[in-house]
Amino acid sequence: MTFGMTINACAADTAAVQPKRVLMAKISLIVNGNPVNANIDPRTLLVQFLRENLRLTGTHVGCDTSQCGACVVHLDGKAVKSCTTLAVMADGHEVRTIEGLAADGAPLHPMQEAFREHHGLQCGFCTPGMIMTAVDLVNRKGHDLSDDVIREELEGNLCRCTGYQNIVTSIAAGAKAMAKSA
Amino acid sequence: MYEFKYHRPATVRQAANLLVKNEDAKVIAGGHTLVPVMKQRLASPPHLVDLSHIEGLNAIEMKGRSLVIGATATHADVANSATVREAIPALAELASGIGDPAVRHKGTIGGSLANNDPTADYPAAVLALGATIVTNKRRLKAEEFFQGLFSTALENDEIITRVMFPLPKKAAYIKFRNQASRYALVGVFVARRPSDVRVAVTGAGSDGVFRATAFEEALKKRFSHKVLEGISASPEGLNSDLHGSAEYRAHLIGVLTRRAVEAATAK
Repeated sequence: MTFGMTINACAADTAAVQPKRVLMAKISLIVNGNPVNANIDPRTLLVQFLRENLRLTGTHVGCDTSQCGACVVHLDGKAVKSCTTLAVMADGHEVRTIEGLAADGAPLHPMQEAFREHHGLQCGFCTPGMIMTAVDLVNRKGHDLSDDVIREELEGNLCRCTGYQNIVTSIAAGAKAMAKSA
Repeated sequence: MYEFKYHRPATVRQAANLLVKNEDAKVIAGGHTLVPVMKQRLASPPHLVDLSHIEGLNAIEMKGRSLVIGATATHADVANSATVREAIPALAELASGIGDPAVRHKGTIGGSLANNDPTADYPAAVLALGATIVTNKRRLKAEEFFQGLFSTALENDEIITRVMFPLPKKAAYIKFRNQASRYALVGVFVARRPSDVRVAVTGAGSDGVFRATAFEEALKKRFSHKVLEGISASPEGLNSDLHGSAEYRAHLIGVLTRRAVEAATAK
């Protein structure tokens, strides 16, 4: 009896170390203006691809259930939740992350600068998603944004520090600053 | 998420062939229902057929007296479409209230209908407006299409290609959101059509979207919220859960129907 069980356990172990058949997919896309080619497991989420393959760790994973917005990036110029987007579906498309808003050493993007100026963050975890959502909002709704509109548009971005007051102030100021810099 | 093979067909026909060849394949477009379900391992399709790159499948246009919306039109496409805003403003408003801005950039009308989530918004519009769902095989009336919780008349190798909405005289959609999930606890779509009045309710029914016929009968006589006084929805067959009792949902159906009629007549 004991002997039989040992054999079964061995068999299970052997099966576990067998190389698994992985169905890879080739993708090529533009990330922050740079062409990227990769061979990935189709299961790879866009956020995983950005963080783990490209080491762009500014995009965060918060809830991992498309509710909190920490993972928001721009796909073809539109805000999307990269935790709910397969990287393979971004093949042939253009992605912009928080790292792509301003080049290294260059002045901050006006929305980033507004968040700095108005202290639109507490712990900072939600900030990249907030800023990417804010830039998308300005692109869609213009530079003169009421607090009501900003709050409504932040439906999909959660700040667990509950620092919304300054986030709203930052976005309103950032929106105006983007008009000047455009 | 379990392993799968990813396919990217260029046409609906190619997509349908892939579904015939791979019995357990699933269709994906925006992925905002399927990806979360796959992440939770509640679904593990060995093949994914991506419709999002099929050209023209997201087209929105008027054809005769019908508004035709392509299956892969996103909620943002519908919300912002000048064609939809002019033809059926209530539908554009409904789309602009689904999820959040980022979700609306990805989620599609076809995906929402094929999933038939009992708290989804689109099923109420499709049923109230008497829309026709066009697939690669046939045309389905809204009443035949929805078949209870998360189930539809769609066959395994059937793909929604577009939805045809006949134009109503007046329409409005009002939803009462669950404070946490933001899904409709109850949502009511009222449509005054040339031939009749339809009231469709989402979020409340234990069998998914349904028509509130008592309200429809009253509104057929006179399309005013005043005729609804004294009419109430029955809690029978409604959901009772931690978000609200069947009685509470029944109460909300009455309140929201009145508000929707008021909103429709104010337009």
